[in-house]
Amino acid sequence: MVFRLLRARWRHGWQAVPDPVTAQVDPMFRGFPEIAKEGTLTADTVSLCPAGALSVNPVAIDLGRCHLCGACSRVANSPIRLTSRHHLGQTKRDALIVTAGTTFEEYHARAEKGRDEIRRLFGRSLKLRSVSAAGCNACEMELNATTNANFDMLRYGIDIVASPRHADGVIVTGPVSANMADALEDTWNATPSPKLLILMGACAISGGLFASSPALDRRFLSGRAPDIYIPGCPSHPLTVVNAILNYLGRGL
Amino acid sequence: MNRVLLKNRAAIPFDDLPITSYEMLGDIVAGPLFGTMRLVSLFGVPEVRPAGAVRLVALFAADAAGTLAVTSVRSERGATIPSLTPNLPVFHLFERQLWEEFGIAFDGHPWLKPVRYPHDAQTPRRIEEGYPYFAMEGEETHEVAVGPVHAGVIEPGHFRFLCDGERVNHLEIQLGYQHRGVEKLFRTGPLAAKSTLAESVSGDAAVAHATVHAGLCEALGDTTIPRRASMIRAIGLELERAGIHLGDLSALCNDIGYLPGTQMFAVMRTEIINTSLALCGSRFGRGLIVPGGVNYDIDEKKKERIASTVRRIRDNAGLLAASIFDNQSVLARFEKTGTVDTATAREIGLVGPAGRASGLSCDIRLTHPTDAYATVPFIKTLLQNGEGKAAMGGDVYARAFIRHQEIQDSLRYILELVPLLETARDGVIAPVAAPRPGMIAFSLTEGWRGETLHAAVTGGEGEARRYYVKDASFHNWFGLALAVRDNGVSDFPLCNKSFNLSYCGFDL
Repeated sequence: MVFRLLRARWRHGWQAVPDPVTAQVDPMFRGFPEIAKEGTLTADTVSLCPAGALSVNPVAIDLGRCHLCGACSRVANSPIRLTSRHHLGQTKRDALIVTAGTTFEEYHARAEKGRDEIRRLFGRSLKLRSVSAAGCNACEMELNATTNANFDMLRYGIDIVASPRHADGVIVTGPVSANMADALEDTWNATPSPKLLILMGACAISGGLFASSPALDRRFLSGRAPDIYIPGCPSHPLTVVNAILNYLGRGL
Repeated sequence: MNRVLLKNRAAIPFDDLPITSYEMLGDIVAGPLFGTMRLVSLFGVPEVRPAGAVRLVALFAADAAGTLAVTSVRSERGATIPSLTPNLPVFHLFERQLWEEFGIAFDGHPWLKPVRYPHDAQTPRRIEEGYPYFAMEGEETHEVAVGPVHAGVIEPGHFRFLCDGERVNHLEIQLGYQHRGVEKLFRTGPLAAKSTLAESVSGDAAVAHATVHAGLCEALGDTTIPRRASMIRAIGLELERAGIHLGDLSALCNDIGYLPGTQMFAVMRTEIINTSLALCGSRFGRGLIVPGGVNYDIDEKKKERIASTVRRIRDNAGLLAASIFDNQSVLARFEKTGTVDTATAREIGLVGPAGRASGLSCDIRLTHPTDAYATVPFIKTLLQNGEGKAAMGGDVYARAFIRHQEIQDSLRYILELVPLLETARDGVIAPVAAPRPGMIAFSLTEGWRGETLHAAVTGGEGEARRYYVKDASFHNWFGLALAVRDNGVSDFPLCNKSFNLSYCGFDL
């Protein structure tokens, strides 16, 4: 019996991603969208977007809304191409808007580091509380994956904890349903300051597909300035890890 | 009789729905004449005229015959109907849902309580005001309240354990926190453009829900998809199933502190979902399935990638599972924990792996096959006597063992399909005709959680005037509540993970 387990362990080998900061993802991954310079979008293409992330004038994609479904890039002669670049985290809401001709490097350079006090306090140990506020369990599973043997976010001292009292910040997934509004507010209030607010996934950032639903109540976010925005649907674990590391001044 | 027989993924004119009495629905399930019919769903469709009229549509399945039967009952908002629940518990949640959505009261229903607190509920209670829990009195009794926000990274829901010492007498599960108004969003804009929304009904079963939705659009538009696409869909579905089952075995090992299993199964899951990523650009299979077929083809390079990974994981998962299922310290926690017996499972209508672990033979891939399952039969491993019996014992062991068995079956099926792609060179996508007006359509698929149903009723322009979603979790949450009865409170995480139900798929 024990030999079977040892054989399984032997085959398991060494599975950790050696360096999550420089790691690449599969070329099939739908990541950073490039829009050709002088590219134009037709009204038909814009109407294909399930989340209303496209705009015609100026031609732009809002990564705060985009679910990276790729529908716009599949249209004939589309100026949009989704690259496999997965470093998508930002620190300002309007930095998530990609216009025609924006390169990945330009986009990535927009992400700011946290202020000195935050980096001093949390740079080597950051404990987060996760609140799923009507998340569909995809972002939740990817957030869980950041702590598995592959991505192992704990190597940087970043971990998810079981109580807001133990946390240095709250990471929110999901579009925030009216039925979760109170619980989210309570969790935030139970977390000691200074604290970070991180929004993970298109739904958390903008409401995503559900933005127009009367069943949401996003008042929690009005008047609060989130520290980190992590786009995606769901956000890839490497996108999550790198967005946080960037903020802590330990990224690419 | 007053019902219409139809196949899975079929559409019929709404006006052709037969009308019967509510009482008759109970007879179809339990009457001597139709003893083989199982209630799949019961939901309300507001009538166009007169205002306030509601048609209750009931869908039944004759699994052995591979047919569905549908009938309907005329009712109206605010009506009172004698409840069927006291004799037929499978109606319990459907009646609660009708009460919440349309204000139809069911006389004699033992617990007419909120289901998901939708934003447009017809019942007065709001989630903040608290759920009317059952209470238990006695010297040693106490309650344990958990949630909505849980200790891990999972979706929200509230659990109230009514305990006698460490022993759970009953668990009451209150959901609704995840309600996003999904059904309503399906009704705005063209139905065929809702794949991304379907994938988000329950993001961990994205391929399953997208397939059901695509099947529904194809039924309404009377479209046949290319054979190649039907195979790629099945590959996507089985990758999703294997990935989740591996993740759940990992989580089950974690809940009993068996860390080698936790880490190694989790890594195998990563390999499987990264194969989905290589197939369609998403670890969750998002973007793969659309009405009319699939967005991504499998070329020679991908074929090789899929087959080699699947072969390796099949062998490694089998080896690791073998070392777990004969480990005494694992068995001590898995066996006789959280048991749901066959009679109870049938009574409450359990579906999916949880139903199969309780001895039911429910699997849409076998009984109502569509896509590749209809042309390349899905064959399950026959278990030897002792093993087979234990795998249907209804306890955590059975639900874990079934997962292991299904991983093997799914991966084998993928290996069967990959070389067959050669024989189907008919493209991966066909144009889908617009939905026909005035129809009602049903689409069922076996997701990894079990039977997943979407239904739609189209209006005069072919627009969806009613869209209805039933995730496998709808019935199975109640199965979890019954499973933990007479178990220790500390075994709850183990029972919960062995079911792994969807909160958002239930709350919609």
